[in-house]
Amino acid sequence: MKIHEYQAKEILRKYGVATPRGVPCFSVEEAVKAAQQLGGKVWVVKAQIHAGGRGKGGGVKVAKSPEEVREWAGKILGMMLKTHQTGPEGQKVRRLLVEEGADIKKELYVGMVVDRGTQRVALMASSEGGMDIEEVAAHAPEKIHKVFIDPGTGLKDAEADGIAAKIGIPAASVPQARLILKGLYKAFDETDSSLAEINPLILTGNGSVVALDAKMNFDDNAAFRHPEWQQLRDLGEEDPAEVEASKYDLNYIQLDGDIGCLVNGAGLAMATMDIIKLYGGAPANFLDVGGGATTEKVTEAFKIMLRIAHLKAILVNIFGGIMKCDVIAAGVVAAAKQVSLRVPLVVRLEGTNVDLGKKILAESGLPIISGNNMADAAQKVVAASRGKR
Amino acid sequence: MSILINKNTRVMTQGITGKTGQFHTKMGKEYANGRSCYVAGVNPKKPGETYEGIPIFATVKEAKQKTGATVSVIYVPPPFAAAAIDEAVEADLDLVICITEGIPVRDMIRTKYKMQGKRTRLVGPNCPGVITPDEIKIGIMPGHIHKKGRIGVVSRSGTLTYEAVGQLMELGLGQSSCVGTGGDPVNGLKHIDVLKMFNDDPETDAVIMVGEIGGSDEENAARWVKAGMNKPVVGFIAGVTAPPGKRMGHAGAIISGGKGTAQEKLAVMEECGIKVTKNPAEMGKLLKSVLK
Repeated sequence: MKIHEYQAKEILRKYGVATPRGVPCFSVEEAVKAAQQLGGKVWVVKAQIHAGGRGKGGGVKVAKSPEEVREWAGKILGMMLKTHQTGPEGQKVRRLLVEEGADIKKELYVGMVVDRGTQRVALMASSEGGMDIEEVAAHAPEKIHKVFIDPGTGLKDAEADGIAAKIGIPAASVPQARLILKGLYKAFDETDSSLAEINPLILTGNGSVVALDAKMNFDDNAAFRHPEWQQLRDLGEEDPAEVEASKYDLNYIQLDGDIGCLVNGAGLAMATMDIIKLYGGAPANFLDVGGGATTEKVTEAFKIMLRIAHLKAILVNIFGGIMKCDVIAAGVVAAAKQVSLRVPLVVRLEGTNVDLGKKILAESGLPIISGNNMADAAQKVVAASRGKR
Repeated sequence: MSILINKNTRVMTQGITGKTGQFHTKMGKEYANGRSCYVAGVNPKKPGETYEGIPIFATVKEAKQKTGATVSVIYVPPPFAAAAIDEAVEADLDLVICITEGIPVRDMIRTKYKMQGKRTRLVGPNCPGVITPDEIKIGIMPGHIHKKGRIGVVSRSGTLTYEAVGQLMELGLGQSSCVGTGGDPVNGLKHIDVLKMFNDDPETDAVIMVGEIGGSDEENAARWVKAGMNKPVVGFIAGVTAPPGKRMGHAGAIISGGKGTAQEKLAVMEECGIKVTKNPAEMGKLLKSVLK
């Protein structure tokens, strides 16, 4: 799960990470009021969307008067902000963060992720702040410093100080950096984060160390112990089809092709997308219906796929294990009858009770195209998507 | 032989009283030598009870002492599953197979930390389990699609493993053992560990390695294959079409920062002498082509 910058900063402040003072705003009036409330002479108006690269896309602007705050807030709120992380159409800006301006002397990077190699949380830091860490990794990997944090002790003082020194924080400011790094780890750990980034972490003219930007993602598996995430979730930032699918506990991801896929199991679902591509088609989605698919789930899955205007065909690929083919076949038939299927449907069944499942499909009277195996089914669905049978 | 488990394995089910644990314990018991293999269940609240004639104990330690079980399978719900692994490791079992999907990564980081220096091996979590066909089945895979033979299968995914097995069976090729290492980023045995076991198993002739996007388990395994494997390995990686930054069902199946792509994995595997296919319908055929 992703959250906004202002939400991440609110969390990090609780863990002792210094940030500029700021106010989240939902309207131009609120933005102007926020600037007046914050005081000072310089403000930053920041678009709050879940994608990165907001500054380059024109979503972060400096204002030198409340009038300028009004002007920028009016321009940014409601704009379709395009960044390298949004789709080509961009993401609509619905929230702003108005912050006091900062005196930036130096921009640095610190971030934390779960490192799969060491199976620990990795602290990464670099003197090259303000740009994507992937970019630094590609061009100047020697400028990225890492510590793999011992889960027994947490981030140690010496480790934090060492990293701070390596990225160019002067000795006088190291104690402040230590607080921030240790706070960041504690926040990462206690909030079940999967990613936490401060980019840039800045050094100000008077030697203060401040988190100028912040990003946190959470581990969805831990949602059961974080009821507070409900308040942090912004459904406006998520794909509507994915939000709808999540209501039915379906693992769904929208893609840009025209062949819908309904599969059991994540690995097989990915492989199904791959084989469609291999035979010249393009998958419209990733969908794992899981091991316990019911008629209701299958019906909802069909409805979600059929909302895609340019959908040309649907492929159902099931390798029944615990999930029996006759159960899924009955579900597919019931769903197809309920939703008025407007595109060709190819079904491939294999595994437990496969013959029974095929019989149910054959006797349904529906124009279902049967796939004998994965390759056959993929070729048939690609052909069907082009109007050939 | 086979790897990890065989007909002489004695197994306990942690979470035997839940719906999933009951169902799969029953299926496991009914498969091949399951009747003698499944000897104990664990539930701290229901010691003294039985399920399908299998005695239930309060702790893993007691179940081990009373029945001689040295392997456990875990169906405990996600909030308590990491603690169940910890208990099995504390009791010094040989092998723990954790089926549970949805364990927080933070819990698994702590569990792996506690496992340092311990002898217990972990398979999973979020995995289909392990099967040695016609001997023993521990996990949620359908037993009837398998047959005893000489091909090893290792994979991070469940149904994609069944797909590989189904293709082998079409060609008349049985399996020595099939191991699902699981779809989570922090887990037990990796591809490389399982390949080493297959390499040492005199009853395995060749291996299908099925991978997916995310992490670098497949690359690490491939490099070891080049250096130390003396049996043919073929491979497939799922997720060539997966968009970056999206979690594709499995918690660990995510391309982050441009790392962990299928293309990158396939390239390293090929460099290391592993024959790969980009067609998931041709895993079986490819394996057959490398058999001597």
